[in-house]
Amino acid sequence: MASAEPARDWGAKRSVRGTRVLGRVVTYAILLFWAFICLFPLYWTVSTSFKNQIAIYRGPSYLPWVDFTPVKLGWNAILQGDMRSEFLHDAANSLIIAIVSAGLATALGALAGYGLARFTYKLGPWRNRDISFWFVSQLILPPAAVVLPILILYRDLHLLDTRIGLILLYTVVNLPIVVWIMRDQFNSIPIEMEQAALVDGAGLFGAFLRIVVPIALPGMVAAYILCAIFSWNEYFFAAVLTSYRAVTIPFLIAGQVSSQGVQWWSMAALSTAAVVPLAIIGIVLERYIVKGLTAGSVK
Amino acid sequence: MARGSVVVDETAAEAALARPKPRRSVINPRWQRRLFLLPAVIIVLAVVIFPTVFGIYVSFTQWILSGSQNARKFIGVQNFSNILFHDSQFWHALEVNFIFVVIGVPLQYVIALILAVLVNQDIRGRKFFRVVFLLPFMMSPVAVGWMIGRSIFDSRWGPLPHFLTDIGIKNFYFFDTGPHSLFALILIDAWYSIPFIFVLLLAGLQAMPHEVFEAARIDGASAWQSFRDMTFPLLLPVSLTAIILRTIFEFKLIDIIIVVTGGGPGNYTETLTAYIYRRGVQGLDVGYSTAMAELFLVIIIAFVFLILIGAGRWVRDVT
Repeated sequence: MASAEPARDWGAKRSVRGTRVLGRVVTYAILLFWAFICLFPLYWTVSTSFKNQIAIYRGPSYLPWVDFTPVKLGWNAILQGDMRSEFLHDAANSLIIAIVSAGLATALGALAGYGLARFTYKLGPWRNRDISFWFVSQLILPPAAVVLPILILYRDLHLLDTRIGLILLYTVVNLPIVVWIMRDQFNSIPIEMEQAALVDGAGLFGAFLRIVVPIALPGMVAAYILCAIFSWNEYFFAAVLTSYRAVTIPFLIAGQVSSQGVQWWSMAALSTAAVVPLAIIGIVLERYIVKGLTAGSVK
Repeated sequence: MARGSVVVDETAAEAALARPKPRRSVINPRWQRRLFLLPAVIIVLAVVIFPTVFGIYVSFTQWILSGSQNARKFIGVQNFSNILFHDSQFWHALEVNFIFVVIGVPLQYVIALILAVLVNQDIRGRKFFRVVFLLPFMMSPVAVGWMIGRSIFDSRWGPLPHFLTDIGIKNFYFFDTGPHSLFALILIDAWYSIPFIFVLLLAGLQAMPHEVFEAARIDGASAWQSFRDMTFPLLLPVSLTAIILRTIFEFKLIDIIIVVTGGGPGNYTETLTAYIYRRGVQGLDVGYSTAMAELFLVIIIAFVFLILIGAGRWVRDVT
């Protein structure tokens, strides 16, 4: 028996274990390094929101009470100063636009995804696969290619600088993602349950709403979160299509530049206010975000 | 006789109840099915397709939005010939886009791959790393551009240049020359974009069967060998999806550039989107800019198509 087994080289095994320990140290070093890279800008943003002009322009300062004296300059500016109403107005815009456009995109995208997964459509030479591809390929559309025609269209329709205008646009921009995620989701749900519901007399929509949606809810939540993140952080279309009524937070952040220079404290405060809700969502709902991002790519 | 007719009626009623009553809906079933798809299709047609088609028409016109008179003149392919043959900035901007795609995306992929492989090990605090590594993606690109690009990278009071000086790299300024600015932008964009690839690759790694790797390890394969010959090939489909999606999004890069360099210095870091924005939204030359946008769209589609075919073939040969 012993002769049949390959000879074990215990010396090699020990060095392998040594390599393993070294490997672990290196692994943690790299991971902690990248964690620092991820977190430092966020920390920098938060700490800058508590700095005054001297602390900012004198040179980089890192630790409150050690390098600089934390003040409420930035936060006062946006919460109490004359910017307060603007901040609250824009935050409300961002919130409404994100919630509604994500909801619309999720609803319409789920319906479309369900239809494409269950029914057979025919539009001339185009079948389900082509229609799905058409939806998802909207992702490739560069904003540059649509921003000018949409600018003109919105101007003629009086949709410029309106919340509805941005909501509609974001809904459409988010639809490909939702259709991608939901079609994948619905394809993996066995059809028997809906068939049973149909036999029992439910309509197509009833079966969808009462049987399928509860099962597909995680995917819908994931899609909703991704859409909301996008809408909340979007800048380009918001900058082009709004002026002062439907302005969102990213636009306000970019606007913290006055003739006296950049108002870093209020900009940092705004950036912090913008990222904190998403960071909390990212921490608490990380599983859903991952589910949404990996839909269709990984089984 | 009356009793007899009642009996007949009851029997008929019983029979009717025994038969499952089809819900007669107001809408014909075929239209019900269409109604699932229609709202999404309609809104996409209205908000995106229709303007895009209109844009195609506009690209054949000379149209400058100034004043009250929007004189639109049909000039055929003149816009396109001007762009392709007389506009060096168009080609430069396109080149900038491709630099971001050809240099930025592989850089992001490699870093994300290293991180994903490391996090996939049996380490402590995995959940911590997964959450922390996702956080950059949560920040608005505008905030990323300002707080990182113009604050952390600032040569006068930003932490990064001071740190570089401390470790011996003196006199390196991020935004003095064009190439330096591009380099800074690629780094900033990578910070924001790596989480996306990381999440996909990590999910792909976690979906792999363990037994195969155990067998390989017992047989004496080194970590590098098992990665090169097994992990990486098995990860290729996910890698490909991640790279293609990242490439598509990389072409759309705009917020960070506008905020950090504004396309400068001297339009050096101006991507095509930024150039279109400058000519079309700021300069109001809508006809010309829309023509550039249409060309851009065609180029992107062609490029993505090439990657899909070429890489798909390569993946099939390797796996």
